Amino acid sequence: MLSHILRRLLVAIPTLILISVFIFGLQKLLPGDPVLALAGEDRDPETLNRLRDLYGLNDPIWVQFLSWAKGVLQGDLGTSIRSGIPVSQMIATKLPVTLQLAAMSMVFAIFIGIPAGIISAVRKGTKLDYAANVVALSGLSIPNFWLGIMLILIVSVKFHLLPASGYVPPTEDFWLSMKTMIMPAFVLGTGLAASLMRHTRSSMLTVMRQDYVRTARAKGLREPIVILRHAFRNALTPVVTLIALLFGELIAGAVLTEQVFTIPGFGKMIVDAVFSRDYAVVQGVVLVTAIGFIIMNLLADLAYVLLNPRLRGR
Amino acid sequence: MKFRNTLLMSALLCTVAMAAQSQTLKIGLESDPDALDPDRSRTFVGRIVFTSLCDKLIDVTPDLKLVPQLATSWSVSEDGLTVSMTLREGVKFHDGSPFDAAAVKANIERSKTLEDSVRKSELSSVESVEIVSPTEIKLHLSVPDAPLLAQLADRSGMMLAPSAFGGDFSANPVCSGPFKFKSRVSQDKIELVKFADYWNADAIKLDGVTFLPIPDSTVRLANLQSGDLDVINRLGATDVPAVKSNDALAFASATGLGYQGITFNTGNGVKADSPFGKDARLRKALSLAIDREAINQVVFSGLNSVASQFVPPASPYFDPAYPVHARDIEQAKALVAEAGFPNGVDLELQVPNRPENQQVVQMIQAMAAEAGINIKINAKEFATMLADQASGDFEASQVGWSGRIDPDGNLFGFVTTDAGFNDGKYSNPQIDALLQEARTTSDEAKRKEAYFKADDILMADLPLFYLYHESWLYGLSNKVTGFAASPDGMIRLEGVSKAD
Repeated sequence: MLSHILRRLLVAIPTLILISVFIFGLQKLLPGDPVLALAGEDRDPETLNRLRDLYGLNDPIWVQFLSWAKGVLQGDLGTSIRSGIPVSQMIATKLPVTLQLAAMSMVFAIFIGIPAGIISAVRKGTKLDYAANVVALSGLSIPNFWLGIMLILIVSVKFHLLPASGYVPPTEDFWLSMKTMIMPAFVLGTGLAASLMRHTRSSMLTVMRQDYVRTARAKGLREPIVILRHAFRNALTPVVTLIALLFGELIAGAVLTEQVFTIPGFGKMIVDAVFSRDYAVVQGVVLVTAIGFIIMNLLADLAYVLLNPRLRGR
Repeated sequence: MKFRNTLLMSALLCTVAMAAQSQTLKIGLESDPDALDPDRSRTFVGRIVFTSLCDKLIDVTPDLKLVPQLATSWSVSEDGLTVSMTLREGVKFHDGSPFDAAAVKANIERSKTLEDSVRKSELSSVESVEIVSPTEIKLHLSVPDAPLLAQLADRSGMMLAPSAFGGDFSANPVCSGPFKFKSRVSQDKIELVKFADYWNADAIKLDGVTFLPIPDSTVRLANLQSGDLDVINRLGATDVPAVKSNDALAFASATGLGYQGITFNTGNGVKADSPFGKDARLRKALSLAIDREAINQVVFSGLNSVASQFVPPASPYFDPAYPVHARDIEQAKALVAEAGFPNGVDLELQVPNRPENQQVVQMIQAMAAEAGINIKINAKEFATMLADQASGDFEASQVGWSGRIDPDGNLFGFVTTDAGFNDGKYSNPQIDALLQEARTTSDEAKRKEAYFKADDILMADLPLFYLYHESWLYGLSNKVTGFAASPDGMIRLEGVSKAD
């Protein structure tokens, strides 16, 4: 088991190197110049050149990459050109914000998506099933930013129920933090809930046709026990994989959601960094996201083992 | 009785405390400022924050007059090479250290020598700073520099506490403005609180001010409507009716110092070798084909003002010889034919991919088509567009400038040979000489004469032409009183208060 985890972590190293090289190259292909983008109003050519030298932007691209990579190996992700703050420090302050958003969205997604999936599978072909499908399809098709703006206009502007945007850390004021986060988490969660619902439904439908479910029913077990203990537990494996994969979608969705609700998180940081060509920040964020993705997948693998005893001991 | 008094007292205290709590003004900005260090800062929104945080030697009034702030008076010597200033007495920095002539000297030297200072070029004429007495200084210049005083009314003239130079200044800025730094969470908020020892403390009614960057204008407006913000900067022109019709909100605006226009590539690389790059008649034809007022009405609900020059009509340097001309499609057609294109001519026009700019060029495209000018619009993300412009990869560009108090700031860098913003690489020795003359004399009449002569040449050559002067539009909560919009787009909080 331990060797399995270690092997997986070792395999992750070349992946991370590849991703770093790829993103670095991609950024350099992007037209635009960080110094010029930042200069805006102060475009004195002499100043621009001095700043380019200062940030090493006049060096050949491979020198720039190697100096960045060298820093990373020493635990230094570089410094933001725009704010002058070390990237690791920026990530340390932004990551908890996005993790809170992601966790709360996941809670929404799981508590809406999975029960809806089970119910529509069990009640397949009924009005309830169709209704759940329509809701799920809408959840998938409605763009996050539109839903976000609509919610702000209705909940905050019209009825003054929740703050329109902003962020308060839970350590500072727990309830206010929940109040500011609930709308964005709901917006981000609905899209995920929809995919979770559809996957749970199809996985449940497959499992419900299995012989052991018929056997369980033949034994005279009550229907809720058949569904939850026998069918659902076995239907869960693909759903867990999906949750791990949805992590990527969650970060992508956070980019838009954080823009709309002005949450100072990871997503907003990467958007601002791309627009101002703040290379070090983009690199750092992508690297940390990739590591997060790898960890999520590893956790999903471990969860299979917990869910399926047959995989234990391998 | 005693009990009742206590009760009364505590009730009173509570009221006072509550009033104090709500006297913090929340301002929504369109983006997050960069480093909070005037010597390193490059963003417009940064300047808005500094207006509350850092006092300057000189301030500017809504009608663009230079008035005392930390310097109470100043004079320029006959030869233009010495600027003498008398400083305000009894001024303290936020950390309690005193403001005096030594502090001014330290500040100017910091701006000129700090490795990543972006103020160097603005202060390049300052050779040395002489301390005459604790309240008097002399700036010795290498060449006469008329725009220098205006620079001292902006970031170059902001006085930081020398006691804070050693540390990471932008993480904890110490100045002498009406509000002092409390905290900053990047991309979230910047909190300032009232500075009790401010020299003009009586004019400051607020207990604090918080700046919140909210890029989306719809979301910014929603926050104002929900009461989460008190003031929003850069209200969208299309959102003005929503603000005006809302009883809880108020609207404020001022015509800005800047402009939006079209710059042509007349000499930067191979793309300058285009019909429009080579022939001023075609540039003139395009300018004549445009109905500026129609654009202003359609895209900006008439809130901006149409432009013909590098300064707005209110400026003393506005040249009466060149008012905004009406659309003249016949003359435009004639000029296109005269230039040798009776069957029409093509132009590639790049534009930032922002909705308003795109609407403007779409209208221009339609208007120009009637004169036989076929415009191909090339919308680009802003950073890309700037880079392409600098490298000469453009025929024409729809760009603008936020504007400066001194006319020099709106023209010199754009049209003199090899200047920083002269991306079309227009070059004319006469213009170079005239604009050099205008920046080295401080006599207004002489400066006007030089600018007006330059206007005659530029209006014929037309390396760039102007479309409109942008207005600064603000949405306010009705609770806010005393707010006045300034042409420089800065938010000044003297006299501003907020009701409960």
